[in-house]
Amino acid sequence: MPLLEIQNVTRRFGAFTAVDNVSIGIEAGEFFTLLGPSGCGKTTLLRTIAGFETPDGGSILLNGEDLADRPPERRPTRMVFQSYALFPHMTVEGNVAFPLQMSNVPSSEIPGKVREALEDVRLTGFGKRYPHELSGGQKQRVAIGRALVTHPKVLLLDEPLAALDAKLREEMQLELINLQKEVGITFVYVTHDQTEALALSHRIAVMNKGRVEQLDEPSKIYGFPRTRFVADFIGHCNIFSGPVKDRDGGLVTLEVPGLGPVRVAADAQVASGGAGSVALRPEKIRIQASAPEGTPDNHYRGTVADLLYMGDVTVYKVATPGGMRVEALLANSQSGRAKFFEVGDAVDVSWPVDAGYFIAE
Amino acid sequence: MSSATARKSARLGRWLVSGPPVLYLVVFFAVPTLIMVLASFRTPGEFGGLAPLVEDGKLDLNLESYARFFSEAIYAEIFLKSVWYALATTFFCLALAYPLAALIARSPKRYRDLLLLLVILPFWSNFLIRIYAWMIILGPNAALARTVNGILGGFGHEPVPLLFSSFAVLVCLVYVSLPFMVLPLYANLEKHDQALLDAAQDLGANAWQRFWRITFPLSLPGVFAGSALVFIPALGIFAIPDILGGPEDSLIGNVIKQQFLETRDWPFGSVLSIVLTVAALAIAGFAAWVARRNLGTPSSAREASA
Repeated sequence: MPLLEIQNVTRRFGAFTAVDNVSIGIEAGEFFTLLGPSGCGKTTLLRTIAGFETPDGGSILLNGEDLADRPPERRPTRMVFQSYALFPHMTVEGNVAFPLQMSNVPSSEIPGKVREALEDVRLTGFGKRYPHELSGGQKQRVAIGRALVTHPKVLLLDEPLAALDAKLREEMQLELINLQKEVGITFVYVTHDQTEALALSHRIAVMNKGRVEQLDEPSKIYGFPRTRFVADFIGHCNIFSGPVKDRDGGLVTLEVPGLGPVRVAADAQVASGGAGSVALRPEKIRIQASAPEGTPDNHYRGTVADLLYMGDVTVYKVATPGGMRVEALLANSQSGRAKFFEVGDAVDVSWPVDAGYFIAE
Repeated sequence: MSSATARKSARLGRWLVSGPPVLYLVVFFAVPTLIMVLASFRTPGEFGGLAPLVEDGKLDLNLESYARFFSEAIYAEIFLKSVWYALATTFFCLALAYPLAALIARSPKRYRDLLLLLVILPFWSNFLIRIYAWMIILGPNAALARTVNGILGGFGHEPVPLLFSSFAVLVCLVYVSLPFMVLPLYANLEKHDQALLDAAQDLGANAWQRFWRITFPLSLPGVFAGSALVFIPALGIFAIPDILGGPEDSLIGNVIKQQFLETRDWPFGSVLSIVLTVAALAIAGFAAWVARRNLGTPSSAREASA
């Protein structure tokens, strides 16, 4: 049985349905992420778990117990807020001791527990400081230490790294992974940043318009997006759509306008005459000066219309004679060469039939 | 333009902006205060006012008025009574204004301006007229006095006058001071971050604990600002005890007014004024010191009130 069960939860604000019949089971010790664009309902769902929002339908069970009758202060969940929400009139120690005082921990035990929590988040020696004397990353750690000091069953994190700069964010991601392993507490993490979600999570639920589009491990979410939205939202993706021209066993051929026939391996049931899309990651596309003879791959001619040199890789936008744009990514690993192609070069783009992922429509 | 002339014109601009208010304060505040300080050391004139400063080629300055203030217990008593009234006014204003300010701060944005307008609406009519209005409300034949005395009569109690009493003075002091407490409290409470209360609740605090551990400590700058705005004017007020008070309700403001207008002992009136000013400053300074201690560091207090 999952530790935290979200069963058919719906939350409406007037005519707007923020969370639409969502069911998720989260296991004990899991690092679970709700990923989606702003307004997709991920934060509302998190606040519903914490008890700040009352669901209009469905229920939330923790260890099999329905939490409906418990106000936020009596739930064994703790939340880390995006703005940190540190109490500005209390020291770091005061902030971390607060939840202990609220749950009537004997005052003789408090200093020890506070010290332990500050050790966990590597803030030993910062106890006497006030929040305004801390950096963004330190504030974040206080917020996490404060939430973990009472050893909650579930830690809810609402975009906790959004306010940090890129370098610090990466460091904090590693720290979060280690911390979660160390304390073994279930993390439910909300973010709109797909790389963050892929890096941190055991499983990800991609949300859109209040619904879960796909719930899977990061590698599956990235490699095998089940819907067009997921393919589009997670990383860069070429999406070629068109009518299904042919179906031969596990191979579907789409007639893509501006590109031509595209063959893709598919196990979905799709009838000839239906429509579908191929989702294809730029790094799966080969880009060469001329095509090798006699391969079973998809091959197209085009010219380099644009390129984006990004240091480790270069992104090429190849225009086909039909007007389609194909985005391909090439690692700049060959020494002494910054770029393989220039704008205007005639190139051949190709990919194996199993490089793309078929999405029936 | 060279940088020297640019600096010069910037300095000129600063003076054009800050000059007039500085001049105003010097002429109408600093100079009169100095005149008053000087007057407190002079001798009263035979027919009121001041005796000549230089008599028979000798500068006539003395400490007689100060000596009188410290040797006659009655003035210290009146002073303490005034402090007591001002403290009571501050306390009742705080008790009434806090819930009101919190209510306005938490009401939907579109109603807030209207509610604030209602708070400052009394300022649209004259201060004295509003005090006289209380004479009618508290008068012996008004509904309030009849009801109160009717109830007291039911218990076999003698009728009590509401008007010309300490009660009337205190009620009116609270009434005129209330907006000065509501506005700074509202300005503070309105800026409180809801996320802090959510966080406190999430960390296990119930409504009572959320108020006393989070909201109230963070509102202390507003509490102290409002208390200063109420306490200091209440300490020196004379119109309300004059109009609504009984003979026992003469406060330090009344005595000062009396010294200047009736007794015409300007030096002694000046001494009383100076003592009043020093006392108000000392109490305000003490409150600021307490506020700083309670809020940890001054900058955390600023952060909370910002």
